This record gives sequence, C-alpha cells and structure tokens, in this order.
Amino acid sequence: MLKIRDLRVSINTKEILKGINLDVKAGEVHAIMGPNGSGKSTLASVLAGREIFEVTSGKVTYKGENLLNKTPEQRAKEGIFLGFQYPVEIPGVNMLTFMRTAVNEKRKFKGLEPLDAKTFLALIEEKKAFVEIDSRLTNRSVNEGFSGGEKKRNEIFQMALLEPDLAVLDETDSGLDIDALRVVANGVTKLKTKENATIVITHYQRLLDYIVPDFVHVLYNGKIVKSGGKELAFELEIKGYDWIKKELGE
Amino acid sequence: MIKQSMNITEKLISDFKANEALVLSGSTDFIRETRLDAFESFKKQGMPTIHDEEWRFTDISDHIKPEYIYQFEHSKNEIELKDIFRCDVPDLNTIVITLMNGWFPTNFAPELPDGIIICSMADAINKYPELVNKHFANHQNYKENGLIALNTAFARDGIFIYIPDNVVFESPIQFINVVHSTEDLIIHQRNMIIAGKNSQVTIVVCDHSLFFNKSFVNSVTEVVAEENSKVNIYNIQNSSNNTSMFSSTNIIQKKYSSVLVNTITLHGGFIRNNTHVLMDEEFCEVNLFGLYLTDREQHVDNHTVIEHAKPNCTSNEKYKGILNEQSKCVFNGKVLVHKDAQKTNAFQSNNNILMTDEAKINSQPQLEIYADDVKCSHGATTGQLDKEALFYLRSRGINEDEARMMLMYSFAAEIINKIKIGRLRDRIDDLVSKRLRGELSRCNNCMVKCY
Repeated sequence: MLKIRDLRVSINTKEILKGINLDVKAGEVHAIMGPNGSGKSTLASVLAGREIFEVTSGKVTYKGENLLNKTPEQRAKEGIFLGFQYPVEIPGVNMLTFMRTAVNEKRKFKGLEPLDAKTFLALIEEKKAFVEIDSRLTNRSVNEGFSGGEKKRNEIFQMALLEPDLAVLDETDSGLDIDALRVVANGVTKLKTKENATIVITHYQRLLDYIVPDFVHVLYNGKIVKSGGKELAFELEIKGYDWIKKELGE
Repeated sequence: MIKQSMNITEKLISDFKANEALVLSGSTDFIRETRLDAFESFKKQGMPTIHDEEWRFTDISDHIKPEYIYQFEHSKNEIELKDIFRCDVPDLNTIVITLMNGWFPTNFAPELPDGIIICSMADAINKYPELVNKHFANHQNYKENGLIALNTAFARDGIFIYIPDNVVFESPIQFINVVHSTEDLIIHQRNMIIAGKNSQVTIVVCDHSLFFNKSFVNSVTEVVAEENSKVNIYNIQNSSNNTSMFSSTNIIQKKYSSVLVNTITLHGGFIRNNTHVLMDEEFCEVNLFGLYLTDREQHVDNHTVIEHAKPNCTSNEKYKGILNEQSKCVFNGKVLVHKDAQKTNAFQSNNNILMTDEAKINSQPQLEIYADDVKCSHGATTGQLDKEALFYLRSRGINEDEARMMLMYSFAAEIINKIKIGRLRDRIDDLVSKRLRGELSRCNNCMVKCY
C-alpha cells in the first residue's frame, strides 16, 4: 500500500528526515517510536501533504502512485488520514458541517451520491459509539474549547467517518489519561480491517498495549535505526532510548 | 480634458441658492433656521478632503461630481419596483417600505397599531413638529462634517419612524433604499427613528442600487432611544460598484436604553459609514457590530464614535473584514469616556483578514478616557487565513477553495450570529455564503443583479 524509499525532508534547509525506508501493506499495523525531535511528526506531516516541508530526495508511492505530487485533499480522498498530534481549533466551523463536507467530498471522488442530511445524521450516530463521543461535542465548532482528550477522541471520530485505507496517527496518546487512552485505542482497533493499514506514531509503549502492532520501528535522528516485532516496544520501554543511542555508538 | 468650470462645493452652494425657496418650503421655522445654519456651516467647511484627519484614508473627490443631479422634488413616475425587486425575508412579518432615490413612497399607507408612525420625513416635519424639532440635528455634528451639513441643508425626504412609549413593536420595519435612475445622481436622505420610553423596535435597512448609473448617496439617520427602550438596527449594504455612499447614523441614548447596530457590507463601490453614539444618561448599553467583505477596487470605511457621557454605561464594538483583491478598508473607532462617566465598560475590537498582498486596511482604534474608574479595552488584528486550520480541513479531503471559504465564513459568522432574529440571520447567512463563494449575493426572488 505504502512504499517509502530513501525519503529526505528539510525545513528551512535543516534536514529532518535523512533517508527513510518503510513498507506498509494492507492489514498491517506499524508503530513508529522514537525520542523527541527524531522526525516522527515530520514523517506524518509529509505523508499527509503539509506544504511547509521540502522533500529533497526519495520516493513515496501509495497504491502504486507517486504520493508526493498530490495535494493534501487528493491524498485524503484516496484514503490517507492523519490523526493530528495537536488538532486545530476552528471557531465558527461547525463540526457536523465540516464532516458532512468531508464525507461527501470523498463520496464524490468515489463516484457516489452525496449523503442527505438524514442519512448523514444516522451515520454520525453510528460512529459516535466508536469513541464514546457525545452530541455536546459534535454540535460545536471544530475542536473549539475541547479538552485534550476530547480533541483526540474527535480525531478518531473523524477517522471512523472517513474510513481511511491508511491512517497515520501522530502521538494520538499524548495528553490522554488512561480511560481516554483506552477509548481512543479501542476505537482504532475496532476500525481495523484486513484491507486497511495503520501507522501509529508514539513516544511511549503504553498505547501499544491496546493497539497491538505487527511491526515496530525506531526512528532516531531522521532515520529508522531499528525494526522488529511488538517485543521491540517492550524492550524500549525497559531499556529506554539511551539503549539505542549506545548501540549506535553515541 | 475640459476643466470643470465650478468645483463641487461651489456647484452645491449655487444649487442651494437657486432652489432655496423650494428647499425651505413646507417646513417649520425651526427646521428652516437649522437648514440655513447648516448651509452656512457647509459653506465654511466645504467637502471633506484627505487633508482632514477624519478623511485621511478616504478620498471622496472622485465620487461626487458637479454634474451629479439632485432631485429637489419627488419624481412623479414611480416604477413598480415589486415586479423586479424583492427583498423579503420569508416568514418574517416585516413592514417593507421602499424608498427610491431617497424619496418616501406616496402609496405607503399601512394600518399601524398603537399610535406607531411610519411616514415620510417631509410629512413628519409638518405633522409632528413637537417630535421632529426636538430631535432634528440634535447631535449638532453638522458643524464638524461637511457632508452632514450638506444633508441637513438639502435633504427633503426620507423615513420617519416613531414608536410611542410602552409599545413593543414585534414586526421589524424594513426600509429598502433603492437608487434607480437614468441620470447620475446625488441623493440626500434624512431619516429619523424615535423609540419612546419602554418601547422596542427592530429596523432592517437595505441599501441597493438598480442599474448602473453613477450615484452618490448622502444619508443621515438620527436615532433616539428613550429611557429603557430597545432599538435594534440591521444595515445590509449591497450596492453596485458605481454607487458611492456616505451613511451617517447618529444615536442618542437615554437611561437603561439598549441599542444594537449591525452593519453588514456585502458589496458596494465606495462606502463611508459614520456611526456616532452618545450615551447621554446612565445605564445604557450599545452594541456596534460590523462585517465588510470587499473585493476588486472597493473601498469601505467604518468610522465610529462612542461617547460615554454618563456613568455605568457599557459599549461593545466589534468590526470584522475580509479584504480580497485590491480592495481597501478603513476602521476608525473612537471611544470617548467623559470625566463623569465612571464605571464605564467599553470593549472594542477590529479584526481583518487580507486575502491578497494588494488588499489594504487602515485600522485605528482610539481610546480617550477622562474618567479614572473604568474598564476599557481595544485591539486590532490583521492577518491571513490560519494556515494550520486550512491544512486541517484539507487533510480531511476538503478542496482548498472550499476550505478557504469555510474559514472565511467562520470568521464572518461571529458577526452574523449577533443578529437576533432567526429568519433574518438565516437570510444574511445565505447572502454572506453566496458572497464568499463569489456568487451574486441577492435574495432568491430578486431579479436585480446588484453588480
């Protein structure tokens, strides 16, 4: 589904990603772990198409096509979803209007009729259950005045509505208490199918207690320095990132 | 190029002199004297120029020309506007009055309850001198503003509204100012709105122009909010690029009165709005809101003065603008707190989004405080659309144009949401959405292409 080859990315001439290689197939869950500043969020942003980053070399193919020359909205329509580390508050844009527009844009892209108000509201009711989000939130402006936990739930709620093929969840666990973490993680797990794939970016191992990854990659200083199965996450938890640094001879 | 034989000031002075008998006819001694005084004042001041501090960023010299014609008398051939022009708000029980070129319609005779008066200003001057004389030019600001002086001297008609004490008038009164002519016009329109003690009234003003002749509209509206009255004024400006307008709203508030003025400028070539609020007694509240959406070469200037003359009054002011292409806007908001006006609460803000590098805003919030126990704040912001928000929307599959539209709309929504009448809010909301999408912002049934 996703192939990343020698991806190098800079911002303001500072190189952040220094040659990333990654293969993600349908049905897989990949966890990308790493210390602060290693480039995890940059990778997520580049996949979603954030324009402030400059791709200096390398290739990203998604479903067999070059991903990098597509706009953020094209990528979203083709099934990529970014769960934001810091979801943006947009006062005045109603949550339901926002989601209805997004869902219908995607349907239009797939050659489907837009959902009418009634069908859409039924869909909302169905998806709300995934993340135990209540109407109090869905009737408000996008993320406005939401708590940290509510914002993250809202991300997963949007993911449930948009049913992406490739979800990239950027530090979805940060700022969550244990109950919210469980709700968010259960939501992600329930959305998992054989056809879709998930990249979970996290700093801590604890999220991976709930979202069990098939592969764990350690990103350090702009490179994937270690890959393994889920046991790698436990090892990291015990030994800390210093262990990786030591292995690299730093 | 042929040199103009007379400049605009000279032309207006000679016009007035030539038609003095007509202008002064049909009015009381008091009005006559005030007109003559205003005329003298105009002679002294002339037209405002960019050398006047209050007009630094707004140059009217290209917008009012000596060859523009003033209709000293009501044009007899009224067209049937209803056939082409509809500005109704569905299911909103409004009283609609259409004024053409500043003249009150001759065929308007609705049955009004409870002693309410809605009539032409020309009639009111004769029939209700005890009301008109008390409030005509009572702001006295014609002495500081040549255009108001000109209006006070020249204006022969407009709308007069009187709500008696203790009357709560549920039906909004909508007056539609239409400019319609095959000649280039100068229009002087004078309106007066008096809300008696404990009364309530809602006014919806719509400015439109039909067809594409040039015009300069010079409109002055005087509003009196007596003790404990509530006055809500919604001003919808949607005119052609050929229309230039100076609209002055002068408000006097008595104790416990509450006034709301919401000015929504969807379109218009050149607009200067002056809003002056005098809180003349204690415990008044005023809310001034404005939204201006401009593009092309448009110019919209909102000048406001809020005078806290007495203690314990509250003012809230918020103006927001989205400026596209080469349009230029001005916001100048003065809050004046007099020495006696202790316990004043005054909040003011002006926020602008510039969509292009060529669009320009001159924003000047001003506080002048002579009392020591007050709570005042003001601020102005100018920026672009929030890039993070734009990316967030796009990352969900919403096209860039649509995402921009949603953000512009959300910015505007704060002002639209201040409209207290649901049906009217929905209508304005629809017009603003259309406007931001670049569609003609006109009501569904209306045949007029405003621009």
